[in-house]
Amino acid sequence: MANVVVPSGKPVPLRIPVREIVPWAVFAAVLGLALLYFVGAEQGATSIISGSTVHEFVHDGRHLLGFPCH
Amino acid sequence: MMRTLLIRGMLVGLAAAALAYVVAWFLGEPQVALAISFEEAKAAASGEMHEHEVVSRTVQETFGLITALIVYGVAFGGLFSIAFAFAHGRIGDFRPRTTAALVALVGFVVIYVVPFLKYPPNPPAVGSEDTIGSRTTLYVTMIVLSLFTTAVALYAGRRLAPRLGGWNAALVAVGVFAVIIGIIYVVMPAVNEVPADFSATVLWRFRLASLAIQLTVWGTLGLLFGGLTDRALGRRTAGAPAAVVGV
Repeated sequence: MANVVVPSGKPVPLRIPVREIVPWAVFAAVLGLALLYFVGAEQGATSIISGSTVHEFVHDGRHLLGFPCH
Repeated sequence: MMRTLLIRGMLVGLAAAALAYVVAWFLGEPQVALAISFEEAKAAASGEMHEHEVVSRTVQETFGLITALIVYGVAFGGLFSIAFAFAHGRIGDFRPRTTAALVALVGFVVIYVVPFLKYPPNPPAVGSEDTIGSRTTLYVTMIVLSLFTTAVALYAGRRLAPRLGGWNAALVAVGVFAVIIGIIYVVMPAVNEVPADFSATVLWRFRLASLAIQLTVWGTLGLLFGGLTDRALGRRTAGAPAAVVGV
């Protein structure tokens, strides 16, 4: 009887330590919210840049992604 | 590790945006065009001057739409990879691709479907200019409440898992989520600004198109990110201690 080594079917579930995730989470959240703001609300409900160019440019995307547009 | 995941998430978001554009072009744009012609016919009937176009329709339905989808896809791609990092190994003993699929399903339901059912998306010509502020606030509030309810349900599920087992704890968590969301639906004010003579068919198809676009985005995030991460982590764990089996 020989003992053969077979890889265990399940990969060891690896947990990424929360401490390692948090700085990246903050970065992704800040960047993500800024990006979403321009697609979803700028020159609609609120306005940082004057005019309506941003609103008109992302117009179709804003409607189709589900945001209130005008 | 996290850097790789975040970059992968954002790139997958880019791919999701490309696929979503195809869906938006075939399903969404025809309905937007119909809604705009309704708007213009109404404006002409009431004797309004033709609105000066800041951005042409051609730019809106090509570069504008692509840009909006890319920005949306990259933003949620990044956030998705963070959610995946928190979830993996903590919501159950799943392979990376299973975790990714579950996180995408939850993201789709929590961030899009739940707000969609209370405040469905509207095509151009639907909705009054004067209420854009309150409608945007209500929509964002709905997303935030949905996320908050998810946190409560997740907490309940994790607390109950040792006693009830994973499956039953997940069912209870979904039940808790459904009940709280139901109450929020009743409490939040209704918005209905569809003009009486607006085509019900156009409205229905527009909303379905929006749903299809979002399903494409979240589906791509979950499945493509999951597939890629599964392969990458699989390579890592290949060198891990293997089980010894007597034959």
